[in-house]
Amino acid sequence: MNLHQLTITQAKEGLQAKKFSSIELTKACLNRIKQTDKTLNVFITLTEKEALNQARQADDKLAKGEDLALLGIPVAIKDNFSTRDIRTTAASKLLNAYIPPYDATVITKLKDAGMVMLGKTNLDAWAHGSSTETSDFGPSKNPWDPNRLPGGSSGGSAATVAANQAIYAIGSETAGSIRQPASWCGIVGLKPTYGRVSRYGVIAMASSLDSPGPMTKTVADSALVLQVLAGKDPKDATTAPETVEEYTKDLTTTIAGMTIGFSDEYFDGVSEEVKETVLAALKTYEKLGAKVKKISLMAPTYSIAVYTIIQRAEVSSNLARYDGIRFGHDRSFFGQEAKRRIMLGTYTLSAGYFDAYYKKALKVRTKIIADFNSAFKDVDVILAPTAPTTALPVGASLDQAMFGELADMLVEPSSIAGLPGINVPAGFSKENLPIGVQLIGPQFAEKKLIHAAYHFEQATDFHKQKPTL
Amino acid sequence: MKLDVAKIAKLANLPLTPEEKKKFSEQLEETVEYISHLDEIDTENVPPTDHVTGLENVTREDSTSVSLSQTKALENAKTTERGFFKVKAVLQDSI
Repeated sequence: MNLHQLTITQAKEGLQAKKFSSIELTKACLNRIKQTDKTLNVFITLTEKEALNQARQADDKLAKGEDLALLGIPVAIKDNFSTRDIRTTAASKLLNAYIPPYDATVITKLKDAGMVMLGKTNLDAWAHGSSTETSDFGPSKNPWDPNRLPGGSSGGSAATVAANQAIYAIGSETAGSIRQPASWCGIVGLKPTYGRVSRYGVIAMASSLDSPGPMTKTVADSALVLQVLAGKDPKDATTAPETVEEYTKDLTTTIAGMTIGFSDEYFDGVSEEVKETVLAALKTYEKLGAKVKKISLMAPTYSIAVYTIIQRAEVSSNLARYDGIRFGHDRSFFGQEAKRRIMLGTYTLSAGYFDAYYKKALKVRTKIIADFNSAFKDVDVILAPTAPTTALPVGASLDQAMFGELADMLVEPSSIAGLPGINVPAGFSKENLPIGVQLIGPQFAEKKLIHAAYHFEQATDFHKQKPTL
Repeated sequence: MKLDVAKIAKLANLPLTPEEKKKFSEQLEETVEYISHLDEIDTENVPPTDHVTGLENVTREDSTSVSLSQTKALENAKTTERGFFKVKAVLQDSI
């Protein structure tokens, strides 16, 4: 096996056992990037020099016997996380020359854990989308088929992990932006509970929804990274005071007796292949000793409207700061998608319409939360398709005002309720494209989700299949 | 329903071309029609949720800590003057 193909867990073992150095591991990733990124267009900014410096420092620490959670492991970061002295664009031309003077809390935590940052990955501009096609730096491509999209908005982060360019990546999800690209690229993507991971320094999209999270090759890796990221941050007042559980502990304990729920409402508009994959996953859980129970949830289609209203409104407010005075260019640099979203948000928040749209959406949000709460009285976690289809062809999203909302229909309800969710590879289509299933849990049930996902992963081998590039 | 795109663009401080105005007018009306489906859901006596984990009144000690230096804070600005951000005049002398 080549070094760039390793998981975090394997790379850590190799580094600790002195089988290879962080410099060697980092160079293997950088070579892989050079070999494949003309095809995939993942990196907006490659930070080769900084990566090698960080790797050298990691090797010094390893030599001294230091043991940090992610010491010397190369990571790719979505380009909406502020990185001190390294350009941060949010994939928008408006910020193409912006060099943040500070780090996002997620970056500070990763630095403290010993990270080696390879570079900043592509996304839909401002994270507005589910394709990476709205990026002002051109679309990223899906490693399983470069004529197809990786999904989005964390499409670059999903593609880089699937293509073995990076050992892991960091993404952010507002509604689908971690889970949907993870599903289309065949990797593990975990969207934590809202407030579990700090938003400080993440270029704001919809502040009542944004949740940073890990994108990894395995579930165990996801647990390792979440352990580093999770926790209260004085710089983000919306982070939760709840105790952070030990996510990597007790992974192997049996899941016999756990109840997995599924809802027919989540099969509407879903392709036959995806539906079959979900049903097969439920069978796998039964074999593992879990109980499978049919439940009824509110139709996800209502969430599209709720999400559209909340997201556009918060976008119009958050993007109001871009005036070209303190940093970035002026407002004429916004792309079509950002303009369209700012316009709708401004409209729904304007005098006379606030109650009809924004307030109405917040009331329906209360009902969606209640709907999930009542479901979680009967089941531990809910299993559902992550995306209605496999990866769509390049060009599919262009000028489709509601493309993202339809692609993310099945992840929007849980996002609106602030719930955690994890995508796990669960099968392949006839065209050999990955299909993912998601597990959704109650707020702060990340440990339970990781536990359930881990056992599914160990019982199957979908996560071991890799694209040929 | 006809949306006043010019008015919305003014509120949002967005410079739009005539083509964009036409395109957005159509697309926004389509989206507004979509989101209007929420009317089907009864929300009588349902309170709105703007924060999902139920935190209230998060406070901190009123103390100072090290922050960005003036130079760092200004380094991304296009124009500065004597340590300040320089902006276009908002108020003008009435003649």
